[in-house]
Amino acid sequence: MALTNEIIRSRLMEKFGEQLTGWEEPYGMLTFTSDKDLNLKVLQFLYDDVELGFRFMTDLCAVHYPNEEGKELAVVYHLHNMRENVRIRYKIFTGIEKPDVYTASALFSAANWMERETYDFFGVNFVGHPNLKRILNVEEMEYFPLRKEYPLEDQKRTDKDDEMFGRD
Amino acid sequence: MSEHVTLPEGNVEKHTTTINLGPTHPATHGVFQNIIELDGETIVSAEQTVGYIHRAFEKIAEHRAPYQITPLTDRLNYCSAPLNNFGWHITCERLLGIKTPKRVDYLRVIIMELSRISDHLICNSIVGVDSGAFSGFLYLMQYRELIYEIYEEICGSRLTTNMGRIGGFERNFTNQAFEKLERFMKEWPPALKEFDEMFVRNRIFMDRTIGVGPISAERALNYGFTGPNLRAAGVDYDVRVHTPYSSYQDFDFTIPVGSTGDCYDRFLVRDQEMWQSMEIIKQAYQKVQEFKGAEAEVYHADVPDFYLPDKKDVYTKMEALIYHFKIIMGETALPVGEIYSSIEGANGELGFYLITDGGRAPYRLHFRRPCFIYYQAYSELTKGGLLSDAIITMSSLNLIAGELDA
Repeated sequence: MALTNEIIRSRLMEKFGEQLTGWEEPYGMLTFTSDKDLNLKVLQFLYDDVELGFRFMTDLCAVHYPNEEGKELAVVYHLHNMRENVRIRYKIFTGIEKPDVYTASALFSAANWMERETYDFFGVNFVGHPNLKRILNVEEMEYFPLRKEYPLEDQKRTDKDDEMFGRD
Repeated sequence: MSEHVTLPEGNVEKHTTTINLGPTHPATHGVFQNIIELDGETIVSAEQTVGYIHRAFEKIAEHRAPYQITPLTDRLNYCSAPLNNFGWHITCERLLGIKTPKRVDYLRVIIMELSRISDHLICNSIVGVDSGAFSGFLYLMQYRELIYEIYEEICGSRLTTNMGRIGGFERNFTNQAFEKLERFMKEWPPALKEFDEMFVRNRIFMDRTIGVGPISAERALNYGFTGPNLRAAGVDYDVRVHTPYSSYQDFDFTIPVGSTGDCYDRFLVRDQEMWQSMEIIKQAYQKVQEFKGAEAEVYHADVPDFYLPDKKDVYTKMEALIYHFKIIMGETALPVGEIYSSIEGANGELGFYLITDGGRAPYRLHFRRPCFIYYQAYSELTKGGLLSDAIITMSSLNLIAGELDA
């Protein structure tokens, strides 16, 4: 029997009950959220359960919502069950003051660099990550550039020495 | 001088050698740095440094209208730019609920398979270069040129193509474009056959690649491998089949898989994929030719909000002028939505995770770049191998710095 969104949902509800919230299906992809401390339990269950079998991590990234107080940062997991060819999206929200989230890198090796990238750009602190340091930006950088408070550089700024770059 | 230096009390002599491979080493084909720890000639560990050409595309994309994001995608995997362009357009079309005409789909398939060939031919011939056979590379480059001439005929540029628009192509394919396609279809298979004869059963090449940089299917999946590298390990996952886009369900083709996931299998999988791509191009070209009359002139969907009107209409019609202005200024609002859409890029599943909040630009756009994800396995792949094996493993993974660093 094909694995439908309803089956996934009821299977998860059986296990976690009301701890999972925010059920949606934007463009057909089952999306849900939970408390951030639950993330490893949910991911492990999705991985281990014979019926669900979400064993492929397609993507991991973060989103910054500056106006949502107490849950400014969302960490988004895209998981894939390749046998049934079903994808789901699982989100957790964390406050920006103390953005601690448990790492999924022990479960998915793929998460290692994706978490480093997420840390690099959003400052999400993945607790237990084996090597959480910046990956694409320089290590001396003191801020997390993809957060919404950092605008793109003003093209008209004059405080830079642009002699070598032909901008005047 | 030759006397062995005695270390002070309490110090331990280091028995391994640290070498710095890259970031601009001629054998790395791009900006890759690896700090390799060698015990004699055997690799103990390799630590990658990435990000040398990071250009903050995700940040830039948050300030741009969709059509201005297409040129950013060009610069991800620049060996197969049209694939990225169409991947982005297909994402937007799914978000907006646009259904493209069949002819557009088939034309896109032709271009996408051409770029898959152009990407794989570079990768495979570079594997040849790194194992000491330079001529195959120079020979195949001539045929990439034929592909680039087709691109030129369609969109005017070669490497970073910025091809197509949301809804289709900017203009219909000219007769010259089809002539050039026919020329490629005629001249390419014999050349690829010669290339195969040079490498596939070549004893030296086999000795250099079999068992080098292998990965099991289980580890490959855990590492998030996709594309030819995953298929070489024996998993027949291909987005074109699993989640067809651009009418791939209309085509008859097979997915080549390997078994050991080593350099030789990756080479063979890419090689067979090029043959399969040729099959798809043949079928698609035939389907395109079957359109007659008005249908044969269709090259875009009807989406006035996002598809630029004809220039002559802009000069003569008020409505077209308004649309033109709104699109160019990027003032058309995108509907609120959240979508993950992926295509089979040349080196794996190229995904676009797009969140819109009703503004003119994406609220957040994340690129799932396949080679960023599988490059982290490099240390595991090369462990216990020789330094020369590490070089060949790197090229057979098909790492493209632009895609890696976004």
